[in-house]
Amino acid sequence: MTLIIVKLFAIFFVIGLFTFGGGYAMLSLIQTQVVVANAWIDESAFTDIVAISQMTPGPIGINCATFVGYDVLAKAGAGHFVCVLGSFTATLAVVLPSFLIMLMLVRFYTRHRQSPLFEGTMKWVRPSVAGLIGAAAIILMFNTSWSGTPLFSDVDISIVSENFPDWKSWALFTAALCASLWMKVNPILIIVLGGIAGFLIY
Amino acid sequence: MVSLWKIFGVFFKIGAFTIGGGYAMIPIIQNETAKRGWLSEEELPDIIAIAQSAPGILAVNVSIFAGYKMRGLKGSIVATLGTILPSFLTILIIALFFANFKDNPLIIKIFKGIRPVVVALIAAPMINMARKSNKTWWAWAISAATLILVAFLEVSPILILLTLIVIAFTVTKLVEKRQEGGK
Repeated sequence: MTLIIVKLFAIFFVIGLFTFGGGYAMLSLIQTQVVVANAWIDESAFTDIVAISQMTPGPIGINCATFVGYDVLAKAGAGHFVCVLGSFTATLAVVLPSFLIMLMLVRFYTRHRQSPLFEGTMKWVRPSVAGLIGAAAIILMFNTSWSGTPLFSDVDISIVSENFPDWKSWALFTAALCASLWMKVNPILIIVLGGIAGFLIY
Repeated sequence: MVSLWKIFGVFFKIGAFTIGGGYAMIPIIQNETAKRGWLSEEELPDIIAIAQSAPGILAVNVSIFAGYKMRGLKGSIVATLGTILPSFLTILIIALFFANFKDNPLIIKIFKGIRPVVVALIAAPMINMARKSNKTWWAWAISAATLILVAFLEVSPILILLTLIVIAFTVTKLVEKRQEGGK
């Protein structure tokens, strides 16, 4: 049991360190380690975990790490408390590398923010961020992953459920866009209303 | 000074409503920090650019950065915990009690409504951000080029950001040198 927890920590630490490009890239790394390399969880259980990670609130990578940490120990026959410890270990380990690296970056940022060289550089980078966000929206519309082709193994993209199954979802999209852009409605309220609308029309 | 509890509360809210990937948190973080005056309109794109260039989960990286800006190391720990905790608790509850969560028809209906709305919420700040920060034609060209490269040609966002940083840094440095030389 202890060995599994230590291994979980090491694996998720490495995953956190090498995830570039968002949650979907992380899913394929988790799959490689947990399903293929260590055979802790089978493919269909992992598919369920991905589906649930998508459906629940919170970043997909965190959801998946928490769930996998629990499941791996549950499959090994551990009690609830140890399973929760597994969740905690995987989640902490996946966040830790980012935490250390971001701390260095934020210190660098606060120190050099006022320098003309830094400001001159960021003038070029800021417009790119708007493009990145736009690309994220387009990718979600057409339902492919960030990189399209997974980085390290083949996460089956078809398990990722569709965002726009019919015309009703396009109507919801348009309404939400108008509410956000022109009426400045609070985004949390828009999400809640979207959920209510989904319940009523489907 | 912003209280740690306040930071925790706001990021808990942000974590709880980040549905469907890190970019979904941007409209919420923008709304929550702008109305409190925590981050300026220029700081948010800076934070996103840096968070995207670093490894890890975008939402978490943004929280670490924003928390640090407000209250240093303590702020970043509290903001990260706030962002993670809703996920952690929800998943534990599902793992413990609701084995059939994803087949529940009620949940499926609700999420069918939420997903397209989240896409709209991601598109909206892009339009706002571009309008505010893009004051020159080349700024618009960078936005458009990034969008096309990432969405249609599947170029990695980090590659684009790093290339841009290197080019921009070199050009700015050269311009600086020339100005000094001209004096």
